[in-house]
Amino acid sequence: MDLILEYKSQLIDGTLMTVQLALTSLLIALIFGLLGAWAKLSSSRFARRLAGLYTTIVRGVPDLVLIMLVFFGGQVTLNNIGSMTGLWGYVEVSQFAAGACTIGVIFGAYFTETFRGAIMAIPRGQIEAGISCGMSKSLIFRHIIWPQMVRYALPGFTNNWLVQLKATALVSIIGLQDLVYNAFTAGRSTGQLFTFMAAAFVIYLMLTAISDLLLRAVDRHYSRGVVRAR
Amino acid sequence: MENLLSYIPLDISLIAENFDRFLYGVWVTLNLTFLALLLGGLLAIPMAIARASGHRIFNPLIQVFTYVFRGTPLLVQTYLIYYGVGQFDVIRNSWLWDPILSSAWWCALIAFTLNTAAYTTELLRGAIADTPTGEVEAAIATGHSYRSRMRRIILPSAFRRAIPAYSNEVIFMLHGSVIASTITLQDILGVGRWLNGRYYLAYEGFITAALLYFLIVLCITWAFRWFERRYLRHLVRRDAAPQPTEAPKPVA
Repeated sequence: MDLILEYKSQLIDGTLMTVQLALTSLLIALIFGLLGAWAKLSSSRFARRLAGLYTTIVRGVPDLVLIMLVFFGGQVTLNNIGSMTGLWGYVEVSQFAAGACTIGVIFGAYFTETFRGAIMAIPRGQIEAGISCGMSKSLIFRHIIWPQMVRYALPGFTNNWLVQLKATALVSIIGLQDLVYNAFTAGRSTGQLFTFMAAAFVIYLMLTAISDLLLRAVDRHYSRGVVRAR
Repeated sequence: MENLLSYIPLDISLIAENFDRFLYGVWVTLNLTFLALLLGGLLAIPMAIARASGHRIFNPLIQVFTYVFRGTPLLVQTYLIYYGVGQFDVIRNSWLWDPILSSAWWCALIAFTLNTAAYTTELLRGAIADTPTGEVEAAIATGHSYRSRMRRIILPSAFRRAIPAYSNEVIFMLHGSVIASTITLQDILGVGRWLNGRYYLAYEGFITAALLYFLIVLCITWAFRWFERRYLRHLVRRDAAPQPTEAPKPVA
C-alpha cells in the first residue's frame, strides 16, 4: 500500500491518459458510427456496400493487429507518400494518435450497428407525420429521431463504451504511457508486479463502475414517460 | 510513379517462406481460443444455473466474479496472472509454479478461461431467465423435479437461445487471444511481430496475421450460421409476411 502511494502520481497520470484516450476514440467512433448508420440506411447501393465492407473487415480482425498495422505501417506509409509528393517531411505517428484513430474506427463499426438498429426502431409513421406537418429534415431529426434514437441506442452504447474503455489497454503494448504501461513499469522497478497490476485492475473496475452509473442516469433522463415491460 | 508501384506490393515470397510458422501460429491461436472456450463454457454452466436460481450464497459470489472479470481488460487479467503471481514466494516455491504458473501458455489459458467463463455465465443466465414461463409451469404440472426440469426443459432451450449471442463471444475470445503474443507466445500475431522485427518490415507480418484472423472469423461465422439453421429451426417464421416491429411503444 505504501508503495502504491509512493507511485500514485504515475498511476494517476496513467489513468488520465487512459480516460483521455478512451474519450478521444469515443468521439471518433461516434462520428464513424453515425456515418456508417447513415450509409447503411441510405438508398445508394454503393454506400450500403461500402459500410457493409467496413463493418465486416473490422469485426474480422482483432483490434491489436489493426493498432500495430496502423502504428508501424502507417508511419512508413505516411513518410513514403510524403517523400514521393514532397508535401511533408518526416512525420512521426504518435502512439496516442495511432491508438485513438484505430480504436475509434474499430468501435465505429460497432456503433454503426447500434445506431442503425436505433433509427430503425423509430416507427416510420412518426417520421411521416413530421413530414406531413411540414417539418424540415433537420427539425424532424432534432425533435423526432434524435430523442428517441438516444433512448433506443443507449443500451448498445453503454455496452460498446465499456468494451472500448477496456480495449484502450491494448495501446500500452505499442508504448503509450497509459494506466497499464505505468502500472507495469512501476511494478517492474519495484519488483512488486502483482501489487501494481492489482491496482490497475481496481482502477479499471472503478472506471467501468462510474461509467455504468453515469449512463444509467442518462438512460433515466431519456426514458422519461416510457412504461417499461416487467 | 515508378517509385509508387515498386512500393505497393508486399514481399510475398518472404511470407511464403515463413508460412509454416504462420500455420503453427494458427494452431497456437486456435488451440488456446477453443480450449479456453471449452473450459470456460464448462465452468459457466453450473455458475449460470446458480445465478439464475438465485442461490443465497453462490449467486452473490458468482455475481462478484463476473462483475470483476467483465469490468477489467483481459490484458490486465493476463498480466496479473503471468507477471503478478511470481511476486509471492509461497507460489514460486509451490508445486504449481514449475509446470503451470511459470509458463506463458498456461497463464494465458487460465486468464482466457476465467474471462470467457464470466461472459458466458451472464449470457447463459440471461438465456435461462428468458425461458417462457409457460414451459416451466408445464414442466412443474407434469411432475418434473427441479433437476429434471433444468436438464430436460430449461437448459436445452436456453442453449439454443444463447447460440447467436455465443457466436459473438467466440469471436471476441478469438480477438482477445492476440494478447497471448504480449506474453511471448507465438500465436498468429506473435509470428507476425516476429517476422516484422526480424526483417525490419512494416506490413507483411501484420497483414498476413490480419488475413488469417479474418479467415478464421469467417469460418466461425459460417459454422454458427449452420448451427442456428439447424437448432433454431423451430423459431424461424414460416410465412413470408413482413414482421411487425416490436419496439417498446412510448406512452403519450
